[in-house]
Amino acid sequence: MFNRTAIAPLEYTRKLWMRSWVGLTMLFLYAPLIVLMIFSFNDSKRNVVWKGFTLKYYEKALNNDGLVEAMVNSLTIAFLATIVSLVIGALAAVMLWRFRFPFKGLVEGTMSLPIIVPEICLGVAFLIFFAKIDWPTDLPWPLNLSAITIAHITFCFPFVAMVVRARLASFNKEEEEAAKDLGATEWQAFRDVLLPHLKPSLVAGALLAFTLSLDDFVITFFTSGPDTITFPVKVYSMVRFSVTPEVNAASTILIILTVVLTFIALRYQGVKGISDAH
Amino acid sequence: MQDWESQKKPFAAVATAPVFWLALFFIAPMTIVWLYSFGQNAGPADIDISGTLDNYKRATEWLYLSIFLKSLAVAALTTLICLIVGFPVAMAITFAAPKWRPWLLLGIMLPFWTNLLIRTYALMALMGTNGYMNKGLGGLWEGASWLRTLVGMQPLEAWTPVQLLYNNFAVVFGLVYVHLPFMVLPLYSALDRLDKSLIEASLDLGAGHFKTFMQVVVPLAAPGIVAGVMITLIPALGAYLTPDLMGGTDSQMIANVIERQFKRANDWPFGAALSFLLIYAMFILIALQSMRSNKVKEAR
Repeated sequence: MFNRTAIAPLEYTRKLWMRSWVGLTMLFLYAPLIVLMIFSFNDSKRNVVWKGFTLKYYEKALNNDGLVEAMVNSLTIAFLATIVSLVIGALAAVMLWRFRFPFKGLVEGTMSLPIIVPEICLGVAFLIFFAKIDWPTDLPWPLNLSAITIAHITFCFPFVAMVVRARLASFNKEEEEAAKDLGATEWQAFRDVLLPHLKPSLVAGALLAFTLSLDDFVITFFTSGPDTITFPVKVYSMVRFSVTPEVNAASTILIILTVVLTFIALRYQGVKGISDAH
Repeated sequence: MQDWESQKKPFAAVATAPVFWLALFFIAPMTIVWLYSFGQNAGPADIDISGTLDNYKRATEWLYLSIFLKSLAVAALTTLICLIVGFPVAMAITFAAPKWRPWLLLGIMLPFWTNLLIRTYALMALMGTNGYMNKGLGGLWEGASWLRTLVGMQPLEAWTPVQLLYNNFAVVFGLVYVHLPFMVLPLYSALDRLDKSLIEASLDLGAGHFKTFMQVVVPLAAPGIVAGVMITLIPALGAYLTPDLMGGTDSQMIANVIERQFKRANDWPFGAALSFLLIYAMFILIALQSMRSNKVKEAR
């Protein structure tokens, strides 16, 4: 970093103004999150001055039944939505990659719509849809989360399909044909040849679906009932009415969870793989 | 690529679930919204789909049209700021040493993976009247005041915290904060593919850095710029959370108006019409983009 060789014309990153620009952008992106995390340990009701280290807001957050329930709901929904969207998304990718069929362009276009349509419109659509078909709302846990989970799967699986399809492009079809020549059935060829090739994209797709689901506020806001509060919806109502340090603590836990998940993804894929997935 | 008719069973095995899901849980809900947009309230929980166009007529009244135009302006301004801030960052990542590049990319992507609500809330805490941004500005103010006394002028009046939140500025600031990673990533992938010897050639032939940037880098990165603009503009146009939490009474965007029709105002048909107008706006933007990229293809 501090070597004194002359700066070559294309080494833009070594120019001072470029470095400060990147540094300031990173500060802009991270300062709010870091301040929030630091102040979750602050022994003061108001968020401004540092009064000393404490874990009491973590204790409060973990003893706040509503908050814990919301967190459990969120994780359950994210888990279920990830599994189903992984299956549907992978199948959709294989379908579009492998087969020629009538109205293919239409199917392909429609499948990318949940990504493009604004969240608010999708949320509204699910609100009307579930009201119209009288979807039962008084089911026992976890069935009462089904409406939210269905909504999440709808906007998650096209992302999975996109990631898996990108990976399929690099698949050598001769491998599959060789397997079949050697006596493998259609299913065996799929399970033992295609699936292993897809594994990195399935991991990336699963993580993407999990974060998208965990992150979603708007669509959940329209599909959740009084008994099916998720973490973002809970935080929203807490932020709306009063900013409590408990929110800081709970948010810090979620940020750490995100960072851990990202690093798991890194171990599977390497940094390069993660950036390619986007 | 195989024809589905020669392989009916495997095709059915892979196609059933996605097509079924898409039809039942995406097309059906959207169709109901579309039908509702031609309906009217017939009772407290009853909507009569009568084929009326009144909802659309009402949506094009100046009150709603102005909110729509304002949302478009806010989204466009957000996109422009993201582009100006994001372009040098994408350049820096592209030309960084290979061992730094993945970490810089990760640095841009990590906030993108973090919960949107938490990020908005964290930004709000920083921007409050007692927050660190106000303290920072106060510090600058006092510094300026001290400098004035140094040259023998009257010191400035004491710093009064400014209201940074709950206005249009906060909405744009919040939207930029949230959408910046969306802009940097496509820009980076376009710049990464760019042939660096072209830049070297331009510099060798005597063009300055600025001229090279404007006449070589920008035209070559155009597809990435268009992709980044679309990927930022579309979610920013439909943003709900940022204007809701950070905006004031006059900074509502179209998504907030739609939300109100479904919650407080309880006018579902009108809300449905507004959501479809928003969807049509998205379609127009996407059509413009694909028209443009077709033209570029023809020109080559």
